[in-house]
Amino acid sequence: MAQDNLEKKIKLLVIGGSAGSLRVIVGVLPHLLSPLHVAIIIVLHRKNTHEDLLTEVLAPKTILQLKEAEEKEAILPGVIYLAPADYHLLIENDHTFSLDASEKINFSRPSIDTTIESAAYAYGDGLACLLLSGANTDGVAGMKIAKSQNAVIAIQAPQSAEMPTMPYGASISMAIDHVLFPNEIAEFINNLS
Amino acid sequence: MLGVYISDDELELLITDLHDIYGYDFSDYSRASLRRRFERLYSIDKYLSVAELRYRIRTDADYLKRVIEEITVNVTEMFRDPTFYKTLREEVLPLLATHHFIRIWHAGASTGEEVYSMAIMLHEANLLNKSLIYATDINPSVLETARKGIFPLTKMKQYTENYIASGVQRDFSNYYAAKYGHAKFNEEFGKRVIFSTHNLVSDQTFNEFQLIVCRNVLIYFDKVLQDRVFQLFNDSLDTFGFLALGTKETLKFSKVVKEFKLLKPGEKIWRKTI
Ligand SMILES: C[S@@+](CC[C@H](N)C(=O)[O-])C[C@H]1O[C@@H](n2cnc3c(N)ncnc32)[C@H](O)[C@@H]1O
Repeated sequence: MAQDNLEKKIKLLVIGGSAGSLRVIVGVLPHLLSPLHVAIIIVLHRKNTHEDLLTEVLAPKTILQLKEAEEKEAILPGVIYLAPADYHLLIENDHTFSLDASEKINFSRPSIDTTIESAAYAYGDGLACLLLSGANTDGVAGMKIAKSQNAVIAIQAPQSAEMPTMPYGASISMAIDHVLFPNEIAEFINNLS
Repeated sequence: MLGVYISDDELELLITDLHDIYGYDFSDYSRASLRRRFERLYSIDKYLSVAELRYRIRTDADYLKRVIEEITVNVTEMFRDPTFYKTLREEVLPLLATHHFIRIWHAGASTGEEVYSMAIMLHEANLLNKSLIYATDINPSVLETARKGIFPLTKMKQYTENYIASGVQRDFSNYYAAKYGHAKFNEEFGKRVIFSTHNLVSDQTFNEFQLIVCRNVLIYFDKVLQDRVFQLFNDSLDTFGFLALGTKETLKFSKVVKEFKLLKPGEKIWRKTI
C-alpha cells in the first residue's frame, strides 16, 4: 500500500461504522501497535442504548487505551475514543470533545456525519476518516466535507463489507485515497503519523 | 452542514450581535454545537450569505425568538435513561417525602417531558399535592409547549417502554388522553408546575430547592460557565438537597464538588452535605 507523505501529518483518525462493522473493528484492534501517533475516534451505530457495553467489549482487544469520549476531554494521541450512545460527539477547534443531544441524523445518534464534519473543521488536513460496513449512508456527507478540507479519505473495500451501502456510497461520491480490506486496516492505522 | 459553512469569525460576530443587541450571552457555549445550529438555521431559512443572516438578526427583533428556538437544542424524552428515574423513585423521593413541602427545579426543562415524568412519579409516591415544580428554560417557545402538556401520540410507545424500564408496573396510558394524534397529560400534573423563562447564564437564584434537575444542558457550556452554574445551583439548594445531572455530565471537576457527595456510583445524582 502506498503510504505517501500525505499521511505524515495526520493527528486524528475517525472511524465510522454501522451494521457489520463491529466484527471488522474487533479484528483490527489487536493488531494496533503502541505507541500510536494519532488519536482514534470510533463512531458506531448501535441498537440498544440502555445497556451500552461497547467499551467493555472493545477495551480488552487492544494494548492501547480505549475509553468512552467524555465532554470537554482533550483529544490525545495514542488513545482510542468511543462515541457514547445516544449523543452526537463533536470536536472543538481546541481539540476537545463536546457532546450534543440534538436530533438524530440519518436515524442515528451518534451520527458519523456529525463527528466527521466537526473534526474536518478542527483538524483540516490533519484528519483521516475511514468508513466501514453499514446499511445506510451516514458518514458520506461528512467525508465530503472532510475531503474539501484536504483530509485523507479511506473506506473498507465494499466487496469485503457485510453491508456495502456505506463504503460504496462514499466511493461514488468522492475520490477515495485508500480502499482497504479488513486485513489491511491495522497496517494503514499503524503507519499514520 | 453540506453547502453551508459558517467560519470561526462569522460565528463570533453572530454571538456578539445577540449579546450587544439583545443581551443574550452565548459566548461561553460550545462553538461546535453553536456552529451546527446556526448552519441549520441558515439552511432552513434559506439564507444566501452569513451577512444576510446577520442583517436579519440585527434589524428584526421579532426574528430573535426564532433564532433562540433554533440555536438551542430542545430534544428531550419522557423517562429518558430509565435507571435514573428508578434511582430517583427508590432513593431520592423517600427522603424528600420527609419534608412538609417539596420544591423541585427543572433547569433547561425544554418542552416538559422530563417535568411530566417527575410529576407522575410524585403522584405515584403520593407526594404531588405537597410538591411544587419550577420548570425553567431560556427558550420561551418550548415552555409554551410544556405548559400544554400535549405530546405526539407516536412517542408514547417509547415513553411507555422507558417508564416500564424505570421499574413500575402501572398502566402508563391512564395518565393521558389520546386525541387526534396527541397525548394530553392529565391536568393534575401540570397544576403543580410553574413554567417560567430563566437564563442560567444571566439570571440569579430565585428560591431554595430540595432537588434540582438539570440534564443535558451543561454539555453545551464551557467549563467556566459550567462552574458558574454549579455555583448557582449550590446557592439554590437546601442543605441535604439533591442535584441531578445528565448521564454524561459531572460535578467531579467543579469547584463546589467538596460540598457534595455522590449518591451512588454510576448515577449522576449528588447530595449537598453542607
Ligand atoms: C437538550 S435540552 C435538555 C432537556 C431535558 N433536560 C432533557 O435532558 O431531556 C437542553 C435545554 O436547555 C435549554 N437551555 C440552553 N441554554 C440555556 C440557558 N442559558 N438557560 C436555561 N436553559 C437553557 C435549551 O433551551 C433546551 O431546552
